Amino acid sequence: MDIEEYISSGILELYVYGALTEEESREVSKALKEHPEIRKEVEEIEHALQQLSSAAAPYNPDVLLSSIKEKLADKDVIRIERKSKTKWVSYIGWAASIVLLIGLFFLIGDNNELREQLNSEKARTARMEQQIADARDDAEKTRELLAVLRDKDVSRIQLQGQNVAPEAYATVYWNKNENKAYIDAKDLPEPPRGKVYQVWSLKLEPLTPTSIGLLDEFSSDENKIFTLENANQSEAFGITLEPEGGSESPTMDQLYVLGAVAAP
Amino acid sequence: MQQDGLILELQKGNQRAFERIYEFYSESIYGIIYSIVHDEKVAEEILQDVFLKIWENSASYNSDKGRFFTWILNIARNASIDQIRSKSHKNKQKNLKADNFVDILENKSHFSAKTDAIGIKKYIDILKPVCKKLIDLLFFKGFTQKETAEELEMPLGTVKTKNRACINKLREMLVE
Repeated sequence: MDIEEYISSGILELYVYGALTEEESREVSKALKEHPEIRKEVEEIEHALQQLSSAAAPYNPDVLLSSIKEKLADKDVIRIERKSKTKWVSYIGWAASIVLLIGLFFLIGDNNELREQLNSEKARTARMEQQIADARDDAEKTRELLAVLRDKDVSRIQLQGQNVAPEAYATVYWNKNENKAYIDAKDLPEPPRGKVYQVWSLKLEPLTPTSIGLLDEFSSDENKIFTLENANQSEAFGITLEPEGGSESPTMDQLYVLGAVAAP
Repeated sequence: MQQDGLILELQKGNQRAFERIYEFYSESIYGIIYSIVHDEKVAEEILQDVFLKIWENSASYNSDKGRFFTWILNIARNASIDQIRSKSHKNKQKNLKADNFVDILENKSHFSAKTDAIGIKKYIDILKPVCKKLIDLLFFKGFTQKETAEELEMPLGTVKTKNRACINKLREMLVE
């Protein structure tokens, strides 16, 4: 190869411009690497062209380097973030979703369970409140009964079993000052269905019965103590079995118990 | 003048190498871009994009295919031509006359310390019209030898030899 001729052909200028075909450029690149003279010539051409185009620049753009570096930094950060985000964040995201989902199922289960527990607790509380109220009532009644028993103004009248039920027995505690009669009917038999005990205040001369009340809900009353109003000047008390709702006058053949008030 | 070691470092992702390459080539590349788009701000934007591309795509530069300067030139010219083909540029530049590098240099009063202002001025004064056309098409506009020959209605060989003579004059002026 005649290097002198090669250089003066003008191919090197076109090479630096990028005006040659790819094949021609490859040939020049090869020649340049083999011949230092060609390389030197190319560098001189390049330097001259750089001077020429630099002269066409409005100003030296060195000042733009910092903003380019900022953009590079941003891009690098974005690149790193993208990589790491797709790897970690998506995995963590999926994992978190699954955990959350499982958690939700558990929570729903727990929630239902808790609701059931709460309901049963509520029912239990209601039952206990009722029991307490009942106990309080019972205690109140007992206290009242005790007070009645101890009250010197209270007369105790024993009612003996009559023909219908010789085993029957009842006691009336009568507080004349308060016009109250407490009927202890513990030893009366359970009334048959559709029947109810009715309590009578009796005057003996002539025999005049006055109803003072029914022993309602006899079966469900545990201590079988019934409190009735009695403003009568009673001389005796009797309890008859009457049809439900009671009767105007006692059914005498259904007289269960009878007892006279002791003369003062 | 091409610093092969520096280019290798750039290709490894050495930012310091990138900075030195920027300092070495940015002004001449800015001149190329500006001579195509004729707008300082637009040229700045393109210049930055071009160097971002250089950073990102440095691995694709292959010295078997050509000079590193030529590789950058192609990126810059393509980016600039894309810009002037875009709608926004067409609307903006509709009524402006298309200056070439000579018009730009004739109207320019300040040159950076890096450029041989006196040599360039002298060169422009003695530049033949054919050189002006050849350099404008081949260097600033990136025409191929064949395209230039067709544009100037000149045989392929004549493009090569005449251009050589034009560049020799430039080198003479710069050496003085």
